[in-house]
Parts: sequence; structure tokens; C-alpha cells
Amino acid sequence: MFYREAGQFKTTYLADQQIFPITQDRIGVLLILAVAFVAVPMLFNEYWIKAILIPFLIFSLAALGLNILTGYAGQLSLGSAAFMAVGAFASYNFMLRVDGMPILIAFVCGGLSAAVVGIAFGLPSLRIKGFYLAVATLAAQFFIVWALTKFGWFSNYSSSGVITAQEMQIFGYKFVTAESKYLLVLSIVVLLALAAKNMVRSSIGRAWMAVRDMDVAAEVIGIRIMHTKLLAFAVSSFYCGVAGALYAYAYIGTVEPEGFNLDLSFKILFMIIIGGVGSIVGAFLGAAFIVLLPIALDVMVQEWLHGIFPPSISSNLQLVVFGGLIIFFLIVEPHGLARLWQIGKQKLRLWPFPH
Amino acid sequence: MQFFFEVLIGGLLSGVMYSFVALGFVLIYKASGVFNFAQGAMVFAAALTFVGFQELGVPFWLALLIAFGVMVVLGILTERIVLRPLVNQPPITLFMATIGLTYVIEGLAQGAWGANVRGLELGIQDEPIEWLMETANISVSKFDLFGAGVAALLVTLLALFFQYTRIGRALRAVADDHQAALSIGIPLQQIWRIVWAVAGFVALVAGLIWGARNGVSFSLTFTALKALPVLILGGFTSIPGAIVGGLIIGSTEKLAEVYLGEYVGGGIDSWFPYVMALAFLLVRPEGLFGEKHIDRV
Amino acid sequence: MKISTTLIAVALLAGVVGDTMAQANEQFIGLPSYRVGAYAAGGSGIYGGWIDYMTLINERDGGVNGVKLSWEECETEYNNARGVECYERMKKKGSTGNSVFQPLSTGITYSVLDKVAADKIPLVTIGYGRTDAADGRVFPWVFPMITTYWSQATTMVKYIGSKEGGLDKLNGKKIAYLYHDSAYGKEGLAVLEKQAQKYGFTFVPLAVAHPGNEQQSQWLKIRQEKPDWVILWGWGVMNPTALKAAAKTGFSREKMVGVWWSGAEEDTIPAGDASKGFTAAGFNVAGANYPVVKAIQDHVYKKNKGNMEDKSRIGSVYYNRGVVHGIITVEAMRTAQAKFGKKPLNGDEMRWGFEHLHIDAKRLKELGAEGFMPDLKITCNDHEGSGKVKYQQWDGKQWKVVSDWIEPDREMVRPMIEESAAKYAKEKNITPRDCSKEG
Repeated sequence: MFYREAGQFKTTYLADQQIFPITQDRIGVLLILAVAFVAVPMLFNEYWIKAILIPFLIFSLAALGLNILTGYAGQLSLGSAAFMAVGAFASYNFMLRVDGMPILIAFVCGGLSAAVVGIAFGLPSLRIKGFYLAVATLAAQFFIVWALTKFGWFSNYSSSGVITAQEMQIFGYKFVTAESKYLLVLSIVVLLALAAKNMVRSSIGRAWMAVRDMDVAAEVIGIRIMHTKLLAFAVSSFYCGVAGALYAYAYIGTVEPEGFNLDLSFKILFMIIIGGVGSIVGAFLGAAFIVLLPIALDVMVQEWLHGIFPPSISSNLQLVVFGGLIIFFLIVEPHGLARLWQIGKQKLRLWPFPH
Repeated sequence: MQFFFEVLIGGLLSGVMYSFVALGFVLIYKASGVFNFAQGAMVFAAALTFVGFQELGVPFWLALLIAFGVMVVLGILTERIVLRPLVNQPPITLFMATIGLTYVIEGLAQGAWGANVRGLELGIQDEPIEWLMETANISVSKFDLFGAGVAALLVTLLALFFQYTRIGRALRAVADDHQAALSIGIPLQQIWRIVWAVAGFVALVAGLIWGARNGVSFSLTFTALKALPVLILGGFTSIPGAIVGGLIIGSTEKLAEVYLGEYVGGGIDSWFPYVMALAFLLVRPEGLFGEKHIDRV
Repeated sequence: MKISTTLIAVALLAGVVGDTMAQANEQFIGLPSYRVGAYAAGGSGIYGGWIDYMTLINERDGGVNGVKLSWEECETEYNNARGVECYERMKKKGSTGNSVFQPLSTGITYSVLDKVAADKIPLVTIGYGRTDAADGRVFPWVFPMITTYWSQATTMVKYIGSKEGGLDKLNGKKIAYLYHDSAYGKEGLAVLEKQAQKYGFTFVPLAVAHPGNEQQSQWLKIRQEKPDWVILWGWGVMNPTALKAAAKTGFSREKMVGVWWSGAEEDTIPAGDASKGFTAAGFNVAGANYPVVKAIQDHVYKKNKGNMEDKSRIGSVYYNRGVVHGIITVEAMRTAQAKFGKKPLNGDEMRWGFEHLHIDAKRLKELGAEGFMPDLKITCNDHEGSGKVKYQQWDGKQWKVVSDWIEPDREMVRPMIEESAAKYAKEKNITPRDCSKEG
């Protein structure tokens, strides 16, 4: 940015190990948080909050989860949506079957259930690698959705297999308005994002990255492969599970297992690839891109091309442009938007005198 | 017992259908290390183009030729626009690029030909063979046998092509080691174009067979999901693996649905092949015929 | 550069979503359509027919009592999250806001179910959606109109009974239920099991995994079980695959009965000759000879204002289903205008119109839709309104009507609906309305 870290001397290890070591970065992050918590609910209308910002935050959280697994621990997974489904259905059942269950605890329980399922489906990763593993995680994707549809218990024997999220209530306060839901989601996402940021720069995170870069070498230097990989699966699924619970409770309301299909898994994978593999900021940037792009395209097509092309052509055009833009981004910046962000920062440091 | 055999034979024959789609994946993965998720969309696009031209009154063989031509052009464009700029990127980036490509192909195909679903006649009836029905009371479809025959022919052709032609040798060299192949003067990009064109041809054959079975509709893209377990079971890099994997997946899937399905309420063939393949992988992590991966520090 | 592109897109989005093109004397109807992907065939047909009918009203009648219809499409791709976004985007458009939401997707229906009551926008789901919403006391804002899956299932048994020579003849027969293994496919299970008990037939459910392009094992089971009839409860590619597999197994297509999502040209044409003789339900029929469809040809397509690119699809099952959507929307508007005046109506007023909608045989004739769709009477209590279904048989070229309107088994279905709705009301703490007090 327009600042340099010159003159900021670290005199203690503690100061050097801060999450944001540069003063301006700290201020920046606080500013962003202030805007997100105070300005956004005041400035944006209901449409933006309900239809764009809430899903953006929820998908960011899911992308964060997948990024921990794929970006940091190097295990490719195509089953994120299924873990979201586990989180949603588990939270629902905890709320339904335990009297007086506080909603936040239910979210945590949903996340933990997803983590358990994640560990179970993560077991093959001890032996299988790369795309073989990716296709194997599809087993999780299809099996979980099938099981949630098949066994009525999960949906409280609803005739059509859907669940309707209960009311969210914390200490008697009911989350009904769009703003309150937004703030709740935002708080959870910020909390978990900070936790993730801390995790990846701790010994756990370093172990993940070592496994990602070369698991044989990691093993040689004494990292417990099984422990590390399964922990990555557990943490990642926990994040996805909480995201799924929020998806059901703060966003959609009534969900069906088929809503958590392979397409959604791919979307989440897109978010981390476009946003930047192995980057916390990347998860947010990627989610913003994948959530906003199709909507922006649709709005543009409906407004500008209305009447010029037949509707089916313009709808398909959106799809082509969407796919094309994804390829385009992968080509121009294979390391994702997070990398672009970094480059931008570097350039701005020297601006306006780059040489 | 007669019923068991009927299920088994039916399963083996539908396994061949999965192999068709898996073959396309294998070809591209072998030659360029790309896990081409767009194969399903290519099957759809190929079949739709073929039927589309037939609807315009173009005769069968000409339509076939045009559809093949379209697939070749598509392959060349993919190589030029998508793959070449992404050379040396991590496999996952290439994989995601092919998912992007899936959207493009689907959008183009449906935009060009409309969303209508269409029938496709190859002139072979999907009916049981009568004498087998009468003598053994086993129902085996003529069409499925025809499909198996085409598969055998296709695999033989591909095997001969890979084994005995100059291009085939170059292809195998590229598959073994890109760098080494490049350094001895094999034109890598040309080889990739050829592989994508061949994969396009396989997609066309798969599209015709599947299209004649279920009609030509968007759901042809879902055939890819049927091919994936076949792929990991057989190994990403083995053509015989795609066939054997298909046979195993097809038969076990059917047997499981018929004999185990009722205990859990049925519909298990969405995930059973994947679990099946997973079980195999635990024993052989590179698939049945895949190349063994050696880790070096 | 890339960041700036994104920024521009975002800015555009912000600008575009912000403005509403308020036209004083127009009734705005938001169309959450889908024209790409696996569901495009259905979406383009139904939304095409619907838009054509609204164009007809604008062109021929100058709108509804002088109020012109205006609409805008929003591509959902049949995806729940996109559907929610469309719902929110449309909500404030037009002079009175979006006045009715009809997503043609059960998933999207569920996704907006909680939102419509708060936003006061009626949610109309014709032939899909949440069955127990037919209890208008619990679901004042939801209208699963004409008929529900449960009603349909009972008409299927009635139809099969009529073919067997009476419902009493069903005793000892065997009926297989080949269903799409999803929320949608499971809708028929409970009610058919009850029917099996009532009439004494054996009921064999067979699940087909999505997408259903491979059904060998299910049909081998059918070959083993030898049912007398097969009910096909499929979607998309599952339907032609089932018909082909039936031919392969040697099961007579004359003995197969499909739901209304199995009974369109899109389901039979891909299966070629294998579909000949197959019968399917429909709350609308196929055919371009009905006066209402002819009127669309005359007033819309002759002026080149039609929505369908492929004109051969006019009069197809999906297209006509779209026309039914148009008729119901316009008639509800007319009903509401009679009470609230000839002006653009808001969602609340439209809801009143839907709840008091009554399209009797006479009105159907005036609309040129006699025999095209069943007559219909919605009340506060009953948001289904008819439940009647016709059966059509595919003769290899087109659908031919082979039955009259068949009434559902209301004595069985209605208590089930009320029970299910009461359970929902209890879960959500809803006090059902007292319909005797509704005006």
C-alpha cells in the first residue's frame, strides 16, 4: 500500500510473531472489520445483505475450510458440499432432539459431526494421493447425500426429506432481520477466519505445509503423517460443517440434501483456485468472485441484451462467459486473486516511482 | 442362478458403456497429465452436433464426419487457448480449467442447437436376443452386444495406433516423460492436438452409443460421473484398465443393487461404484493397471 | 486490470440492481426462469408458453382491464442459491414490487418458503413444490395449485383400476413404483402404500439413483418380480432410459403409467419407438388445436413477438403447461382487480386474488381452454383447488388424451395433507388461520 514497514523495529519475539506484524496492516484489518460490522449493515439494502453478502460470507467460510485441506495440507477434495450438508443436518437434529439447545452450540456440534465424518472419509488419504484421492472423495459426496435422502431420521421423517431450520435465538434475542443474521454470520466467520489464520502459522500449519510439499520428506523429519492429514480433514470438515449450518439457518431456511450437490462442491473448489490456493484472503476473494460473477453476468444480460438475443442464447452466453472467465483467470494468474493482491501491494509500495 | 447370470451379463455389458467415456479421460491424462473433466461435456457436444446436422437433413456418414471435424477443431482450440498457456501449472489448476471448459462447451452446444432433447437411431434395436431368451431365459440386449463390439473394435484400433504408428510411438514417449520427449524433438503441441482430436473421436463414439440408448440430452454430460470410478479403478493411464475397470464396476454395481440394495432401500448405484473403487485403491493406490508411483525425497 | 474488471462488474451490478424501471400502469411479474443446463428443456418450454400467453393478453386485450403485464427473466440455473438471489432481486421491481413468484423448482420453492410470508409475495407452485402447503390455513402464502403429487398418485391408482376393469380388480395385483431417488421421487411413497392397503395390491418400490441414466438393475428386478403395472415417477433422462429399458426387458409400455414430469415430448422422443403406448398423467394436455393456443399463434407469432425459437414446440406438453401458468396468473389478477380496482396490484392483493380464484367450466370455455386444463376453485382452506388429472398416451408421434379428468381420492389425501401441515405448524409455532373469518 502507500506505506512501508520501515522504522518498525521488533524488540521482542512476541512482537515479531504477531498475526499482523505491520502497524498499518493492523489498522487496515481493523478498518475493514469496522466497515463490515458497522457501515455495511447501515449502507447496504436488504437485497445486498440477503442475496449477496450472507451467501458470500458463508461460502467464504466453506472455501476457507477447503483451503485448509487443499491449499495447506495438499489433499484434493471434491466433497465439501457433502460436509456442509452434514453440518446443516446435524445442527438441525441437535436443535430438534436436545431441549433448550443453544443455537451456537448446535452450530459447533454440527461442525464437530462434520469433522467426524470428515475423518472417516479422510482415512483413504493415508494411502491414496492426487486425483485418485479426489475421485475417492466423490464417494463421500454421493454417499452422504444418498444417506441423508434415504434415512428419514435425519430429516425428522419429513415426507419430502427436507429440513426447515428452527428459529435462531441467543439469550432471548431472535435473529429475524437480514441485518441481524448478517452480523451473526459475520461474527462467526471472522472468528473462524482468525482461528484459521493462527492455525496455519502455528506448528500444525507448518506440518500441513510440509505434508503438502512432500509427504515422504515430512515423514522423514518426524511429522506424524496420519495425525496431520486426519487433522486437516477434521478441521476442514468442521469449517465446512459450520458453513453448512449457517447456509441452512441464516441463508436458505429450508434445505434438501440435493441442494448440497457436486456442483456446489465444484463451486467451492473454484473459489479457492480462483482466490488463491493456500491463502486465507484468497478464500474471501474467490468466494466474492464466484458468488458475484454469475449474478453480475445475469444482470448485465437481462438489462443490455434484452430483446437482442433470444433468451436461451443469452442464458447460454452467460454460461460460456462464466467458464471463459474462469479459464482466463487461471491463465493470467494461476496463483489466484490473492497473488494479484500481493503483486498490487508490492507495486503500490514503490508507487509512483517504480525505479 | 439364471437370474444371477442375467444380472452379471447385463452388468458387464453396461460396464462397457462406462468404459467408452473412461477411455477419453485416459487418453488425455496419459498424453498430457490433464484430468479432463470436460470429457462428459464433449460427449454431449459431439452427440448433439451429430444429431443437429442429421436434423438439417445431412446424411448419416456426412454428419458423422462433420461432428468429428467439430470435435477436432474443439480439441485444437482447447490445446491452443487453454492448455498451452497453462503448461507446467499444477494439475489442479489444469483440472479446474477443464471444468471451466465444461461450462463453455455446454453453453456453446446448447446455445447452438437449443435445449430440445432428441432421439438418435443407429438402426440397432435395444431388444433382447430371442433365441437366448427362449433357450436359457436370459435377456441380453442386442444393442448392448453391439456396444461391446464397438468397444472391442475401438480399443483394438487405439492399441494398434499407439503400438505401430509413428504418432503412436511419439504419444507413448510424451506420456512417459514430457521433457525427455521434447528434448529429442517430438513436437509436444502437435501431439497434444492429436490426442485431443482422438479423445474427441472417442467422445463422439461414446455420445452416439449413449445417445442411442437414452436420447441426446444434457444428461449425456452425467456419463462422466459414471466413468470416474472406472477410471480410478483401472488407473488413469491404462487403456486396458479402462475396459477392465468398466467391466468390474458395471457388474459389481448391478449385483450390489439387485442383491444388497433392498436391505438399505435401493438407489445405491450413485455411490457404490465409488466405494468399490475406493476399496480397490486401498490395496493398489494407483489403480489396477496404473503406473506405480515411486516417492523420492 | 483484472481487479478493475471485477470492480466495474460490481459497480454495474450495484447500479443496475438499484434502479427500478417503474412503469405506472404495469403489473410486474418476475420470472425466475432456467434456460441452461440439465433442466433447460422444461424451462424454455414452460417459461416460453407463459411469456407467450402474457404477450397475447397485452397484444390482443391491451392488458388485463387496461393494466399491461410486464416481466423480466432471471436465470436461476435450477440452483437454489441463484433462485434466492433472483427472488430478492425481483422483489422490489415494478411499481408494486414483484406480485407473484413461481420458480418451477421444488428446491427453490423450499428455499423461499419462509421468506414469502414476510415479504407478502404469493408463492405459486403448479404441479410441484410442497404438497402439504395445500392446507391454506397453515400456508396462507403458498399455492400448490391444480393438483399435488399425492392427489396425482391416487388418480394413477384409479386410472390403473379403470384399465383393469374396476378398482376392486386391483386386489392381488402387483404395482411397481420406479422412482427418482430424491425428495421429489419419495413424494409418492406414503400415499401409494396406503392405497395398496386400501385396494389390496402389492406395492414394490424401486429407487433409481440420480440422474437415472442407468437402470439395468431396476429393470432386472422388474423382470424378476413381474409386476402387472409400473408407475414411472421420473425426471429428465430417467424417463427415456426407463422406456428404453422396458423395451429391452420386454415389459409392455401399455402397462406403464408416468407422472406429469414423465409425460412430455421431451421424455418420449429420445426413447424413439420404445415409448409407443406409454401413458402419463397431466394437469394440462398437449395439442395446438385449442383456441387459446391458436390465439397465441394468431396474435403473437404472426406479429413475430413469440418467445419460442423452435416453433414446432408450440402445443407441446411443456409449452401448454406454461400457458396454464399464464392463465392462472392472469385470472388471479382479474379476480383481485375486481376487489381492489383496475390498477397494478401488490403481492398482498394478488394473494387475495389467488385465494379467491375460481375458473369454472364456463370461464374455461371463454378462455379457449376447455379440456385444456381442469376447472379450479381455490379457497382459504384448500389451496390445491382441483386435483384433477387427465391421462395421455404416446402414439409414437404425439400425445393422445385417453381419459377424462380423473378425480383424486380426496378422502385419503386431504387428512394426510392436514396432518403433515399440522406437524409443520407445530414445528414452526404457526397458529393456523381460522378460515371462517377470512373475507
